[in-house]
Amino acid sequence: MRVSMDIELKDIPGQLLLALRPVSELKGNLISVVHHHEKRTPRGSIPVQLVFEIKPDKLNDIVSSLEESGIDIVRIDEKRFFEHGAVLLIGHIVHTDIQDTIDTIDKTGYAEVVDLNLSMPKINMASSASLKIDAISKEHMESAIALLREIAKKKDLLVIEPIKSIGVA
Amino acid sequence: MKTIRVSVIGFGAVGQGVARVLIDKKDYLEKMGLDFKVVAVADSRTAVIDDNGVDLSSVLVRKQNEGVVGSEKITGLEIIETIDHDLVVETTPTNIVTGGVGLQNMLAAFKHGRDLVTSNKGPLAMKYCELIEAARAGGSHFRFEATVGGAMPVLNLAKDVLAGNTITNVEGIFNGTCNYILTRMTEEHAPYEQMLAEAQELGYAETDPTYDVEGIDTACKLVILANCVFGMNASHEDVTITGITKITPEALLLAQNEGYAIKLIGEVNDSRINVSPKLVPIDHPLAVGGSLNVASVQTDLSGPITVTGRGAGSIETASAILSDMISIYRD
Ligand SMILES: NC(=O)c1ccc[n+]([C@@H]2O[C@H](COP(=O)([O-])OP(=O)(O)OC[C@H]3O[C@@H](n4cnc5c(N)ncnc54)[C@H](OP(=O)(O)O)[C@@H]3O)[C@@H](O)[C@H]2O)c1
Repeated sequence: MRVSMDIELKDIPGQLLLALRPVSELKGNLISVVHHHEKRTPRGSIPVQLVFEIKPDKLNDIVSSLEESGIDIVRIDEKRFFEHGAVLLIGHIVHTDIQDTIDTIDKTGYAEVVDLNLSMPKINMASSASLKIDAISKEHMESAIALLREIAKKKDLLVIEPIKSIGVA
Repeated sequence: MKTIRVSVIGFGAVGQGVARVLIDKKDYLEKMGLDFKVVAVADSRTAVIDDNGVDLSSVLVRKQNEGVVGSEKITGLEIIETIDHDLVVETTPTNIVTGGVGLQNMLAAFKHGRDLVTSNKGPLAMKYCELIEAARAGGSHFRFEATVGGAMPVLNLAKDVLAGNTITNVEGIFNGTCNYILTRMTEEHAPYEQMLAEAQELGYAETDPTYDVEGIDTACKLVILANCVFGMNASHEDVTITGITKITPEALLLAQNEGYAIKLIGEVNDSRINVSPKLVPIDHPLAVGGSLNVASVQTDLSGPITVTGRGAGSIETASAILSDMISIYRD
């Protein structure tokens, strides 16, 4: 996942290096560092913004490592939904409670339905819907689609997924 | 010159295509040092036998005019069992319930040590391992490129051309009828039933389209791929299948708006054999239209290799049979 983090460094040499070390040690991928050297916080420290990608289970280690080095973390913002996927549904989508279908995905916490297009030709005829789903990672996207497949089976809906060779993106 | 004595069992679209390419390619084959001498031809009711070589042109004419290949009452199976020859070209109808006469023909050919080339996927989808074992026991060459994807080379591509690579996934469109119907539904924004009727009128779909549109034909081809390329021991009960009958024009339009086409995709890898409609990005190599087939073979060394071509047709299917015949006897 992608994490954006505001930290504050003491105004002594070597602090930035100290702050970046855990990201690389834990195999994170640093995307940007914004270092406001001319700015000072009321506490006299230097505000820095880091953006990096990291496996979700490693984020806590980074936080503790920074805290051990005496670096203040002011804000962590996980840009959680990194994977984007599309899925089509065909069947009695509305009759079978589309809201419930969407809620089930949203409730997972790792995936969300971010867009829905519904096409209903005539009453009593099968309708079609295209769903856009965002998820934390590829694996989570796969789980979300698997979940959708389960719901669809119960509701007798046809799920059309993307082909494998493009993954689920 | 190497003379190979051949029987052609089944003389419909494919059997006749084989006769035509053997006539058209006679010089080409002679230059390779190959003389395929057809000593017997059989359809469902009659046969023609000539130890000095059947005149294929007149058999084609007779089949056209009278609906039969000859006047002999001997069956294809009896030809395989009793006439002295090297190679059986088996092109009888596909039967996936019992394996049909094709299964008997194949087993008989191997029992008599004859080589066999076929386009008939039924027996292979049902009894793959048994057939391979019977061919081995008979010391027979057994090739069946035409069973998967017609003119489009998939089996020989994966087995021979890409030798040395480990194949991790094969994904593609293996049924021209379904591709035609879905392509036309998208173009005309028309319902499934209407485009099925059009496909039937144009001869792209059978009167009973179940086998194609429910994904069973694709499943049979995947079983052959799974067994031949992935070394599995699968039969068509191992395939999860969803056909195209529920696809709506609205779904195709929604997909199109998101940049996708909907295609009936067959997929084989170590963990599953699946046939179902899938979203294919419009600019992806698998997004071929009309009645084309396409296959993308994922390899460990060379990445993805994609081939596309005509999955059916008399001459096209005969071309795959001819290439199998040549590969057995060349050198
Ligand atoms: N057509 C294609 O494009 C295509 C592509 C790939 C694979 N295939 C496969 O290739 C095979 C042949 O297809 P096709 O399109 O040529 O089918 P077809 O036109 O129906 O021809 C089948 C032929 O087999 C003959 N036959 C039936 N029972 C027989 C028996 N007991 N002994 C001897 N001959 C018998 C039929 O005789 P009659 O003429 O007397 O009826 C006919 O000549 C099928 O298994 C098919 O699935 C076809």
